[in-house]
Amino acid sequence: MEEQLYTMKDFKSDQYVRWCPGCGDHALLNSLQKAMAELGIPPHMTAVVSGIGCSSRLPYYMNTYGFHTIHGRAAAIASGLKVANPEITVWQISGDGDGLAIGGNHFIHALRRNVNINIVLLNNRIYGLTKGQYSPTSPRGFVSKSSPYGTVEDPFRPAELAFGARGRFFGRCVDVDGPCSIEVLKASARHKGASVVEVLQNCVIFNNGSQSALATKELRAENAIYLEHGKPMLFGKDRDKGLVQEGFGLKVVKLGENGITEKDILVHDAHCQDNTLHMKLALMEGPDFPVALGVIRDVEAPCYDEAVHQQIEEVKAKKREHTLEEFLLTGDTWEIK
Amino acid sequence: MANEGLVKNLDQVVIRFSGDSGDGMQLAGNIFSAVSAVLGNDISTFPDYPAEIRAPQGTLSGVSGYQIHIGAGKVYTSGDKCDVLVAMNPAALKVNVKNITPQTVIIIDADSFTDKDLEKALFQTKSPFEELGLNNVVIDAPITSMCKDSLKDSGMDNKSILKCKNMFALGLVCWLFDRPLDHAMQMLNTKFAKKPDIATANIKVLTDGYNYGHNIHASVSTYRIESKGEKVKGIYRDVNGNAATAYGLVAAAEKAGLQLFLGSYPITPATDILHELSKLKNLGVITVQCEDEISGCCSAIGASFAGSLGVTSTSGPGLCLKSEAINLAVIAELPLVIVDVQRGGPSTGMPTKSEQTDLLQAIYGRNGESPLAVIAATSPTDCFDSAFMACKIALEHMTPVILLTDGYIANGSAAWKIPSLKDYPEIKPPYVTEEIRENWKPYRRNKENFVRYWATPGMEGFMHRLGGLEKDYETSTISTDAINHQKMIITRRSKIEKIADDLPLQEVLGDKDADLLIVGWGGTFGHLYDTMQQMRNNGKKVALAHFKYINPLPKNTEEILRSYKKIVVAEQDMGQFAGLLRMKVPGVDFKQFNRVKGQPFKVARLVEEFTKMMEE
Repeated sequence: MEEQLYTMKDFKSDQYVRWCPGCGDHALLNSLQKAMAELGIPPHMTAVVSGIGCSSRLPYYMNTYGFHTIHGRAAAIASGLKVANPEITVWQISGDGDGLAIGGNHFIHALRRNVNINIVLLNNRIYGLTKGQYSPTSPRGFVSKSSPYGTVEDPFRPAELAFGARGRFFGRCVDVDGPCSIEVLKASARHKGASVVEVLQNCVIFNNGSQSALATKELRAENAIYLEHGKPMLFGKDRDKGLVQEGFGLKVVKLGENGITEKDILVHDAHCQDNTLHMKLALMEGPDFPVALGVIRDVEAPCYDEAVHQQIEEVKAKKREHTLEEFLLTGDTWEIK
Repeated sequence: MANEGLVKNLDQVVIRFSGDSGDGMQLAGNIFSAVSAVLGNDISTFPDYPAEIRAPQGTLSGVSGYQIHIGAGKVYTSGDKCDVLVAMNPAALKVNVKNITPQTVIIIDADSFTDKDLEKALFQTKSPFEELGLNNVVIDAPITSMCKDSLKDSGMDNKSILKCKNMFALGLVCWLFDRPLDHAMQMLNTKFAKKPDIATANIKVLTDGYNYGHNIHASVSTYRIESKGEKVKGIYRDVNGNAATAYGLVAAAEKAGLQLFLGSYPITPATDILHELSKLKNLGVITVQCEDEISGCCSAIGASFAGSLGVTSTSGPGLCLKSEAINLAVIAELPLVIVDVQRGGPSTGMPTKSEQTDLLQAIYGRNGESPLAVIAATSPTDCFDSAFMACKIALEHMTPVILLTDGYIANGSAAWKIPSLKDYPEIKPPYVTEEIRENWKPYRRNKENFVRYWATPGMEGFMHRLGGLEKDYETSTISTDAINHQKMIITRRSKIEKIADDLPLQEVLGDKDADLLIVGWGGTFGHLYDTMQQMRNNGKKVALAHFKYINPLPKNTEEILRSYKKIVVAEQDMGQFAGLLRMKVPGVDFKQFNRVKGQPFKVARLVEEFTKMMEE
């Protein structure tokens, strides 16, 4: 194994981390720093851009280039940064409000354009920094300070939105699940194009317990499924449950029951262009289905920032004028002697 | 009508092509101005087009105009009223009554003055000229039928044939003003390079229009505008303000050795900047057509953070949307150029009409104490210099700069001597250096001008975090300390004030001992300059201080304003600049002249008003 050039310490800034004790952001910060160290991209070639919200404080804790911007606009700023200098590895840190409410437009267009940025979407289904209002991912009927009688609206499901915007990479992890988080974050960085990692996150103050079904290793074994490309979709403490296709849908089966063997179980294909099954996997939820974790979709497509520069090179090769003066002297000109 | 053919020599003449928005008046006007410029005349143009792309044919709301002011010597405006009006239908005649004088020669398409056409233009009678009280010389040419006749053997369908009507009118006007057709033909061949049949048809109709003029020669005057040869030697081209703005941005990027990045969203009347720059990929320009105005500004800020020259272009409504992002660039102290091509407001207002009503929005329209630099271009060609200076200030002072132009100078064109970049100053951004590496912090600044040093992603050892939260003056980390905030507020303000050290002093034109100082800013320069000259010709002592640098103001502003007894501030808003000057130079009595009609000033009106003011 190659020696690692960096450790997570190389990515830690000297700033005191100010999130509430027990907040899922702490765990994710650790996982991100570890993932960056393992990726081996130098801190000075890394930029972390965020919007506004609890999670958007994250850039201050990174010893990389960082930009804590304005509410909802991280994707637009990250896109400009990446297009201006594609050499830089660009991470975007957004919450569910920042990314999907006020920043929804930039989120979908960054995915549609396929700008090569890594979007980490910390989804705690609540507005924390403004002290507890429902968010665009809060479930219908959710009681909060701004919905004392429950909400009367349906939430976004981030994967659905991402796929609707032609998202080519979608991964998911649970905040406290370090090993999975690190792997998914690394995969998202290695993916060329816009990638979304949805982090299922607990807010200890305003929405505590929202991820309780996935809070421990044991619970995740039963209530989640770790998807790996090329591997059968098995889960459960004894890995005796699996997913099969039935009609237009998915179905949970038990190995050994009704003659089911491992051969009958679906094998994950994250690289399949058609996103139908990816969508079905991403939308699974309890209690009937396990929540899908890991890399759900990872498909190659031309990425925007690269295409922009490639087009410039092509036009440069075709046209003779490469300076403004050369250009201005072509076309309709006349001389006064 | 004159009975003998005579040739009038004129110093200047104003021609207005007017017709349905589908009649190709803009193209006809455009070609005529280029043809005149090539002959060595000075030109200034004013495309006056409706908001509707294709309003119902023949109606008043669908009238599109293109006015050209041609001069033997220098011309400063697109002209008040026209000497020749081409009216392709009764609606065009009616709409332009306010733009003509009793001496104006009117050319009409006799075929489109049928009862039905008159009805569409809401005429009550069948005698439009009588109804409008006009007694002008009229050339009633059957343009439509002659155009059809001209192309009857072309094999073209009727609709395509009628599209060539504008060329007949153009040909006729070319004959009237003694313009050879070769350059017009060349332009048509270039424009329709991919459709040679269309080019041939247009050229045929153009020629027939010219010959028609020749054939009726006995009954009208011919005008000649000789070039006075006052122009500086060099290679020229025709340029409108938006194109000049685009080229100025490219020039600055080249001079600074930076990549130009434009983030933009289409908006009238600024979109041509996006169009122009997106053509210039061979010059390495990046343009991103964003999902909205906000993203246009934010992507430019991202690009600036990355070390490019980040620019966003827009008009008033877009500036509103960008204001939060601009504020981020203010506090993050990143270079950013925002081009605001002002149009009629508030709200959607009058998108195709011109105003100067965004001045205070540009200076103050953001939350908090949010100082930034504002400059205003004074003419189509000055858009180049102003865009260049906007970039220079943004990059050297690490600040957003708002460049104000307006619909009038953005779409108006003029003959432009192609500049040589070696005549323009260097642009040197304050990059971090090895010497300051040791004690470097992102908000540590130059003690002279308070500018922070620029480190960009990819530079080893200069990793740092910027953001919209207030920062500590010393450590550059987040701070809500009371004393620190006050210090940062003052520092950011001082940084902008210090820009004045690098600005030229304000010029005053005209009489040193003037009894009246005219003060203006931005795109009204031509009108105010002409006004001053006419008043001086009338024996008045008048001077003009026309401002381009608005924030900060040039250092001698107060000195100038305190040395005239009578001052009038003329602007196309309700007194925003006058109000600003009252605040900056208290105690001076500023008279105001304000017109917000979406139309350029009329010099004659200004002369009248200002003369009256002098007598008061």
